[in-house]
Amino acid sequence: MAVNIKKLSETPERLVGGHRLCGGCGASIAVRQIMLGAGPDTEVVVCGVTGCLEVSTTALPYTSWETSYIHNAFENGAATISGVEAAFKALKATGQINKDKEMKFIVFAGDGGTYDIGLQSLSGALERGHDFVYVCYDNGAYMNTGIQRSSATPLHSWATTSEIGAAIPGKPQRRKDLTSIVAAHHVPYVAQASVGNWKDLVEKAQKAFDTPGPAFLNVFAPCPRGWRHGGDATITISKLAFRTKFWPLFEVENDVWTMKEVREKDLLPVEEFLKTQGRFSHVFKPGNEHLIEQMQAEVDEQYAHVLKMCKASVL
Amino acid sequence: MANVTVLGATGNQMVAEAFRQAAVDVLPAYPITPQTTMVEGYSKFVADGRVHTEYVAVESEHSAMSASIGASAAGARVATATAAQGLVHMYEQLYIASGMRLPIVMANANRALSAPINIHGDHSDVMSARDSGWIILFAETAQEAYDNTLIAFRVAEHADVLLPVMSTLDGFITTHAMERCELMDDETVTSYVGTRTPVNPLINGASASSHGMFASLGGTYFEVKKAQRAAIDASFPYIQEAGDAWENISGRKFEFIETHQCDDADFIMVVLGSSAGNSRVVADELRAQGIKAGVLRIRLYRPFPFKEVAEVLKGAKSIAILDRSDAFGAEYGPVGLDVRSALYNEGIVIPTRNYIYGLGGADVTLDALRQAFAEIQQLADGKLDQSLSYLGTR
Repeated sequence: MAVNIKKLSETPERLVGGHRLCGGCGASIAVRQIMLGAGPDTEVVVCGVTGCLEVSTTALPYTSWETSYIHNAFENGAATISGVEAAFKALKATGQINKDKEMKFIVFAGDGGTYDIGLQSLSGALERGHDFVYVCYDNGAYMNTGIQRSSATPLHSWATTSEIGAAIPGKPQRRKDLTSIVAAHHVPYVAQASVGNWKDLVEKAQKAFDTPGPAFLNVFAPCPRGWRHGGDATITISKLAFRTKFWPLFEVENDVWTMKEVREKDLLPVEEFLKTQGRFSHVFKPGNEHLIEQMQAEVDEQYAHVLKMCKASVL
Repeated sequence: MANVTVLGATGNQMVAEAFRQAAVDVLPAYPITPQTTMVEGYSKFVADGRVHTEYVAVESEHSAMSASIGASAAGARVATATAAQGLVHMYEQLYIASGMRLPIVMANANRALSAPINIHGDHSDVMSARDSGWIILFAETAQEAYDNTLIAFRVAEHADVLLPVMSTLDGFITTHAMERCELMDDETVTSYVGTRTPVNPLINGASASSHGMFASLGGTYFEVKKAQRAAIDASFPYIQEAGDAWENISGRKFEFIETHQCDDADFIMVVLGSSAGNSRVVADELRAQGIKAGVLRIRLYRPFPFKEVAEVLKGAKSIAILDRSDAFGAEYGPVGLDVRSALYNEGIVIPTRNYIYGLGGADVTLDALRQAFAEIQQLADGKLDQSLSYLGTR
């Protein structure tokens, strides 16, 4: 479905100004772009899980949400929205709600609330087949509590619980491949997107909202504070994440994988992405060349995995 | 005119019937012994098309309560059921349900907590949740589990209450044993329970609303908690009203506490749940011997009916307080602490002994109860102290 920028510009905002997120926060950009995908007239219930987005947009007695919103806790966004969606169906069945009424249900959770503590809840809701969209805004660490590592934190990255020292050069483990894990649930729509590719993101959000049943978006969303970069670099860094293959953009629609490949002329080595962020500054120190090599190898391997899945889908 | 069906049924069956008759919109549940036959029974109602309920077969108890919270905030009538590890697995969510003032009704099949693992009846699970802001009812029988569950909906959803209610029944003894029960006709129950009128629901509300907000420094959190305390303290008359209205229909009395031969009793045993019957048998034996024994059974545990309990106990010479769970490191088990607090409030000084009994489903024998009554007679004579002891262990 084509995105019409004029129409988007006329679509009312669901997350309004005045919230307390940092300048350049990827999460708020992701939310605003994704909510545009719901269309101007559709009622949406948003479930936020504990994290920066939640604390910065719902400080009593104020709310930044021009749509119904619920926060329950950290690890249960998918279970909470399951209940909301089930209520919608039940109230329709008794006629307490008009049978023709349409509503959309969406969760916004960070990588901590999704890759780690919320994984079971997400898996359960995907398996049960609720009609909802789940968005993970992935900034690769527990930012709200102070930049602790999560299973989405990149290999060799600095975080406050994967410190850099003489014995260990940052996080020793690679990232969990969450999007593939979600795809393995064989739900109708799964995609990876980025705030740096807004058109692609809005299109994917539209598809996700329009898909009956579970839909999942894993969205690259930089955190200036946690990644140690300026608030004006968010989009530049997001674009570099794509061009260096660090964050492949792909979709899995009814088990068919398709990828927006990086054009040969746009392709850059992973250093170009790494050097924009203070969390990777140690890998550029003399003697640490092998760390960058390992990171490049991991990025290449992950990219090749997605390509392989795309090819396998076509056959 | 109400129509009653008399049937042989287990407590779990009766709770499932209560949920069905209350026309629950959403029932998220995860199976755990001894709650399983309750949700299995409900699943059959769904499969047979007898209910419109969305049965959400969640992947854990934590998600059962999470989904209950979402559904209740959305505006639906919500019920769920659990036991033991399941209840403590949803512990975090219990506080969120009450803090968000969501009128969820949950049945709990009271069971021991690990470790060591044990699937049988005691009150360790529910007592761990006693301060979570839920109204808590204890059933003695399968019939009472049904009655309490129906009363629970009416209380929870009352506009001046809006608190979650736990309707508890003892694992296996009450959940699984078959008893003579009376099932009211659907129409009468539906009319008794009424329909829910949600406040600012997520769906179908007058306007968009935000739920589960962030209340950090600045006192809002403090004010919300104070309001929650006021709500549970003020819930007594609404609970009584719901119980009285049910009595008018069913003919079965509802009281926060039930007394047996307490009026002139010298020696009173305080007990909750299914063991009350055995306690009454022993009290009657003692009465036959000329010993003035009585039994006080607590049906409403939270909010705790302090005044009513003190009023009944004030004339006794000594009291045996039975606890089917322990509060490790405290002077007494939970019921013991509450009963003593009730006495202290009224300036009553009566010696008590606290008996931890029946943990992990251990038999509650008449002999054990006779021993407790014998000991508190010695207590009254100053021949024993007020210590805690385990009843019926080696």
